[in-house]
Amino acid sequence: MNATSVRIVTLKIDDRELSAREDRTILEVARENQLDIPTLCHLDGLSSSGACRLCLVEITGIRRLLPACVTTVGEGMEVYTNTPRIQHYRKLILELLFSERNHVCSVCVSNGQCELQELARKLGVDHVHYPYLMPELPVDASNPRFVVDHNRCILCGRCTRACDEIEGAHTWDMRGRGIETRVITDFSDPWGASSTCTGCGKCVHVCPTGALSEKGRSVAEMVKHKHFMPYLTLMRKEQS
Amino acid sequence: MSAKTDVMEASEQKADPRWRSVEKTMRQHGYHANGLIETLHAVQEAYGCLDEEALRRIAAELRVALSHVYGVATFYNYFTMAPPGRHTCVVCMGTACYIKGAGEIMERISKEFNVAPEETSDDGNLSLLSARCIGCCGQAPALVVDGEIWGGLSADEVIERLRRVLNDA
Amino acid sequence: MTPEELHDLCTQEQEAAEQYPHHLYVCSSDPKSILAKDLRQEIKKRDKEKTICVHEVGFMGLGAEEPIVRVEPQQVYYQRVGAEDIDALFDSLDSGKSIERLACETLPELLKHQRLVVLDKNDRINPNRIEDYIACGGYQALMRALTEQSPAQVLEEITQSGLRGRGGAGFPTGLKWNLVAKAQGEKKYVVCNADEGDPGAFMDRMILECNPHRVLEGMLLAGYAVGASQGYIYIRAEYPLAIKRLRLAIKQAQRLGLLGHRIGEVGFDFNIELRLGAGAFVCGEETALLGSIAGRRGTPRPRPPYPAERGLWNAPTLINNVETFANIAPIMKHGSAWFANIGTEKSKGTKVFALAGRVTYTGLVEVPMGVPLRDIIFKLGGGIPNHCEFKAVQTGGPSGGCIPAEHLDISVDYDSLAQVGSIMGSGGMIIMDETSCMVDVAKFFMAFCCEESCGKCIPCRVGTSQMYHILQRITNGQGTLYDLELLEELCDVMQNTSLCGLGQTAPNPLLSTLRFFRHEYLAHILDKQCPAKVCKIHKVMEAVS
Repeated sequence: MNATSVRIVTLKIDDRELSAREDRTILEVARENQLDIPTLCHLDGLSSSGACRLCLVEITGIRRLLPACVTTVGEGMEVYTNTPRIQHYRKLILELLFSERNHVCSVCVSNGQCELQELARKLGVDHVHYPYLMPELPVDASNPRFVVDHNRCILCGRCTRACDEIEGAHTWDMRGRGIETRVITDFSDPWGASSTCTGCGKCVHVCPTGALSEKGRSVAEMVKHKHFMPYLTLMRKEQS
Repeated sequence: MSAKTDVMEASEQKADPRWRSVEKTMRQHGYHANGLIETLHAVQEAYGCLDEEALRRIAAELRVALSHVYGVATFYNYFTMAPPGRHTCVVCMGTACYIKGAGEIMERISKEFNVAPEETSDDGNLSLLSARCIGCCGQAPALVVDGEIWGGLSADEVIERLRRVLNDA
Repeated sequence: MTPEELHDLCTQEQEAAEQYPHHLYVCSSDPKSILAKDLRQEIKKRDKEKTICVHEVGFMGLGAEEPIVRVEPQQVYYQRVGAEDIDALFDSLDSGKSIERLACETLPELLKHQRLVVLDKNDRINPNRIEDYIACGGYQALMRALTEQSPAQVLEEITQSGLRGRGGAGFPTGLKWNLVAKAQGEKKYVVCNADEGDPGAFMDRMILECNPHRVLEGMLLAGYAVGASQGYIYIRAEYPLAIKRLRLAIKQAQRLGLLGHRIGEVGFDFNIELRLGAGAFVCGEETALLGSIAGRRGTPRPRPPYPAERGLWNAPTLINNVETFANIAPIMKHGSAWFANIGTEKSKGTKVFALAGRVTYTGLVEVPMGVPLRDIIFKLGGGIPNHCEFKAVQTGGPSGGCIPAEHLDISVDYDSLAQVGSIMGSGGMIIMDETSCMVDVAKFFMAFCCEESCGKCIPCRVGTSQMYHILQRITNGQGTLYDLELLEELCDVMQNTSLCGLGQTAPNPLLSTLRFFRHEYLAHILDKQCPAKVCKIHKVMEAVS
């Protein structure tokens, strides 16, 4: 019965004729077909929030740009993932991120392993033409195994979702709002004092930048493993 | 006497009459997580601010994560975690009040009574706060002093009246 | 309560009122006013309890001259009535001669230019008495719908009326209702957005404070039409009086069987609960509002899916604002054709505006859509006080724009306002004269948006902050021409890539001032001068040269 309830639709992504189940997102379908759409907040295995705006795509007939990570495909849809207009906006959004906090790569544990850095390289962001805001932010090394450096955080929310949706601890959340938003553990307590953290380290490995890292890593040494996330989601679904 | 001993036997928090109204609110919402904001309102009304101990208890009772409670409590402007002073003065910073000089009034009060905006004076006598818009644009510039709306006053008049309020206590 | 019982209660109230030869309607928005109490005491003293009836009403239409007393049936208005005038007032009732020194001539004149639909009868309804609303025909539209009309007929009536949402964007109300009615779901919800967040807007507060039952009746009709049995009113905690009156109104309606189980003794159940906001402008956005009702941080989520399909607890949810709901009962009572006759081709009905700022009469006015902007400001607002020159009017709050004098003759409707770079918004109008600096005003709104940005999406979180800093530089006299380019680029990114309406429209006040008052920006940047003398420009340059 299940199979009959989901229709297959045909659509075009970047002029390529494709078919897909109607409940898939544009991002999923594009990636299955080796079309790359950049994202920083989306991660396979976690829910999508549509927050980073880097996966915005153009759809013929719709004036607004829509996030590929949450927009489902439709019959006859014509999607463009890499027009000059989109490239322009993606570069500016990245520049805004770089201007927000301290992202000096040369002294970062994730140098060379960072999704933000990699994306900037891919999109050809060669300078930041907005003034640097760079507020003074703390580094919390109170946890015996991990470090959170708020200067590197881009507020993508992957850590909060992994902790809540996969680990089930909900140790992480965000406090405040707007430019003052920060990720927190528990009652904004030091991470080391958290009574709910299981120390599983998922948050560290889903973090796209050097904001969350393992202790004892020096510059450019922090390699992250994200591929367990879809596996965990799948296994948990099988169990329930 | 016996009633008194009963109360004393209960845990300290339970004996706190302020906690009772918070508990009532949670009960009204079936101890469900979606009553969190209403419960935070109840805490602020009973305690004067979002008391940390009370918040930790709420998290346990409503079965929501501590970080979730903290996240909600700090997202909304209306909530404050700092205990208020004996008197509070809220300066409306809505558009109408702003163009009629609310900024100057704020500055003057801050200087005159030595209290930074959004903070409480060192002697705990006055909390100086701002509001987005209290919807009294007809009386701009408007302030709320200890729950009473003052409208259409000049900065000098505000200072003078405020001084009288503060000295009364 | 059955329709017959409602009708009986209505006649009973009307007949009781007819017993009195004299009526005094007293209006004061000052909660500490004791004028009505004094009048009642005097009536007792003079032993006139059978001949004079005092009514406390929430709205008369001229806040500046309150307390106002209207004498009926003579239709005479008195302004600024104090305790010392009470004797004269009673003497005049006896003699039949009006008191000249207290006469209020402005109010009848202002009312002449208005068309009251939403505010209709508010000048004779005590907001604390459900009987007053019923005596004015309240809840009859609901009863008739429940007993004589199908939900589809109610939907049709609202669609035909051409009513558009009064919260800002102007989405056709009938269309929204139809989407929710058609959506699949066992449980559906009706939500009233009373989180009036625009600084400078207080229409919704006044509507709720003056006649909460009209909003309740509108929500009930909506619930019946879309098939919902639960309603929520999301109201700002900053409106204590409106909350108090709404709570009372809900209790009264429950007592009379107008809310609750088997309303009208037909199979319609509907309940309404209040949910308090806690000071977050972004919660005016539908999905953020729903998150907040569910006890979460008010961060918006991408749409689609729209709340009409997946809203509160994933159930189909209808969200309208206070004024939209207040329009429903009158439409159902008088018919869609009557309503569609008011206003313009594409903007039907009336709109309530809150006038504030540098204008003689501040307060609420209600006019048909399509009246010239100039009339609202100069006829109904009485123009600019102190012989000052009009400079701009800001409509639509932080999502709207500043309209200069050269566009004063546009008609006030959704489309014309959009053409001059502003929006109808919820109806706040802040009038500015030469003492306001438009760069400073733009900075004010950007500071507001920066503070109210939820922080979820990058363009809004960082963009508002960047723009605020640039505007601060300009108002400090340290701006450059390149800053203007940066501002325009940031506006474009935010409009096109932000997640929700807050970020997408946050550039509007800035863009409209850049468009109409660019010379003021240039004065700050090139001449290091603030023409309105608002900005404190540090004259570092001068000292050097």
